[in-house]
Amino acid sequence: MIKILKYSFYDLMRSRWSYVYFLFYLLLGFVLLFLNNDLSKAVITLMNVIIVLVPLIGTIFGVMYFYNSKEFTELLLAQPIKRSSIFIGQYLGVAGSLSMSLVLGLGIPFVMYGLFESNAIWDFSLLLITGAFLTLIFTALSFNIALSNENKIKGFGYAVLMWLFLAVIYDGLFLMSLIVFEQYPLDSFSLAATMFNPIDLSRTLILLKLDISALLGYTGAVFKQFFGTYIGVVISFVMLGFWTLLPILRLSFKAKRKDF
Amino acid sequence: MRTLLLLFCALLFLGNSLKANTITVCASCEVNSIKEGVRIAADFDTLLIKKGTYKEFNIRIDKPLTLLGENNPVIDGQEKGEIITIVSDNVTLDGLVIVNVGTSYTADYAAVRVVKSADFLIQNLVLEKLFFGIYLEKSNNGKIYRNKIKGDAVDEYNSGNGIQLWYSKNIVVEQNTVQQVRDGIYLEFSDNISIINNISSKNLRYGLHFMFSNDDLYEGNTFENNGAGVAVMFSKKIKMRNNTFKKNWGTASFGLLLKEINDADISGNTFEENTIGINIEGSNRINYNNNNFIKNGWAIKVRGACYTNTFMHNNFMYNSFDIAYNSNLNDNIFKENYWSNYTGYDLDKNGFGDIPYRPVKLFSYIVNRTPETIILLRSLFMDIIDFSEKVSPVFTPDDLVDSHPLMKPVVRENKIVKK
Repeated sequence: MIKILKYSFYDLMRSRWSYVYFLFYLLLGFVLLFLNNDLSKAVITLMNVIIVLVPLIGTIFGVMYFYNSKEFTELLLAQPIKRSSIFIGQYLGVAGSLSMSLVLGLGIPFVMYGLFESNAIWDFSLLLITGAFLTLIFTALSFNIALSNENKIKGFGYAVLMWLFLAVIYDGLFLMSLIVFEQYPLDSFSLAATMFNPIDLSRTLILLKLDISALLGYTGAVFKQFFGTYIGVVISFVMLGFWTLLPILRLSFKAKRKDF
Repeated sequence: MRTLLLLFCALLFLGNSLKANTITVCASCEVNSIKEGVRIAADFDTLLIKKGTYKEFNIRIDKPLTLLGENNPVIDGQEKGEIITIVSDNVTLDGLVIVNVGTSYTADYAAVRVVKSADFLIQNLVLEKLFFGIYLEKSNNGKIYRNKIKGDAVDEYNSGNGIQLWYSKNIVVEQNTVQQVRDGIYLEFSDNISIINNISSKNLRYGLHFMFSNDDLYEGNTFENNGAGVAVMFSKKIKMRNNTFKKNWGTASFGLLLKEINDADISGNTFEENTIGINIEGSNRINYNNNNFIKNGWAIKVRGACYTNTFMHNNFMYNSFDIAYNSNLNDNIFKENYWSNYTGYDLDKNGFGDIPYRPVKLFSYIVNRTPETIILLRSLFMDIIDFSEKVSPVFTPDDLVDSHPLMKPVVRENKIVKK
């Protein structure tokens, strides 16, 4: 598995897209810091970018890589290697190189602007950690979709639809349901609904760490307890962990049974 | 020169006519307690209280006296009750440290209480471990100047207020520091009060609290880190100028709370990092000019029944929500303000944006209706629907627009307040 991971990883490292992705974040980091020069404000702006772009790129990249390396995968399948290690190795290679581009691309400009002397360091590390988690989650989800769909067009379609659903449509439905059921106590429901969408989950996790959490606590006791204490952070991280593990488990489970 | 001479003559004349004596109070002196000093003193005498600790309470000052502390003498009430009660006109307290006021659930024990008296001066006091600090009861024409009040209040129900005015008129409260009590400064049925350059912080409830008090002025004060900065309720013609409301940040905190306020003037204030900058309810004919609203959760939250208010030349910068409104009806005027969220352009270069700005976002309307939706703060979906509402408003009040939004923030000359 390590060997396959290494192979995928180096393969991607050599490809142009990893560099483009890395340079994009590098540029974004520098431009943001150049424009407002304030680390903590840049972190907030960055959050908006990360929770939308990182999932999109993870999804597209995952699907693309899976279809592109299909022939190589079939070649590997003919060898005496465990199936789960082939797929998980490839998956970790893709997700690892994407996360590395993200962390390095954003990390370098921030470190150069004096992150270590600033007190925004925790907010920033949280941002990078959630970014990495989002990459892991969405690459895993897109691998699942690609594995279940032989047809490339269909697979791409589903993957983009999944991103669109989680990034935009889910929130729309969520909002509608909140308004429709506004007569009922909704605190617990809305917290639960956030847990079922990794994008919302990361967004609230980052908001929690920013001062703005007092705004959220305004609504009621359940929110106040969730957002005002460490319970919120712990639960959010556990849920992110679940979101990463479940698709990977399904990936290895499906891969074992699939007839190539 | 001539005025000096005149003053000198006047002083000489006064001194001669009053024949004031000075009585020295200290542990080893002939007079070793303040109570004794007050008993033997004649009208208009001065009690010079030397350094030391005096374990006394229920000191009743019933004649015009000056109590002057030298090197901060301490009066320790041993938590047994009220410490100084003034029941005479023309009393001056200066330079005393008063500690350990008794706590009671039936009587409002205070460190210094002034009852039905006039022309008093209370200055340079340090009050610690108190229940109520300075309590004025039906007293007029006095001055409370440069006192430091530091409480240790934990719960609202068993703590008192720093400076309390009840049925008092023409009082000046200036340059005091009030910390960690229930209400920093509390006014009830008190008119023509000036509250100038005080600092009120870390109080459990309000930094400054008005109830049924009219024609008052507060200027140049700082309210920081209180349960809520200032609450103005059921009062008329209050002038609020050049104050700073800062970091009143918590789940239910306000910078300024207005309830049933008419004809007030709110200008030159700075509201920074409050959960809600100003919360307005049932308030009419108020002018909001030249204020700064910076980094608040909500800059202004209008709850309803607010008519004919004018918002002009204010800066709204980096607030999560500029204005929240809970009805479709609008009778308030927003004009020539600066909004950091404004994205319009100024082609004719007259300093005003060419397209009007709508300060109420759809999201803030939704949050007002269903508070739980705030969990969707900063999500992509919200940005999209906010944008579509901006293009064609459906839900937010149609006429709530700033037709002349400024392109650059209003630069406010910092008026120097008289010290």
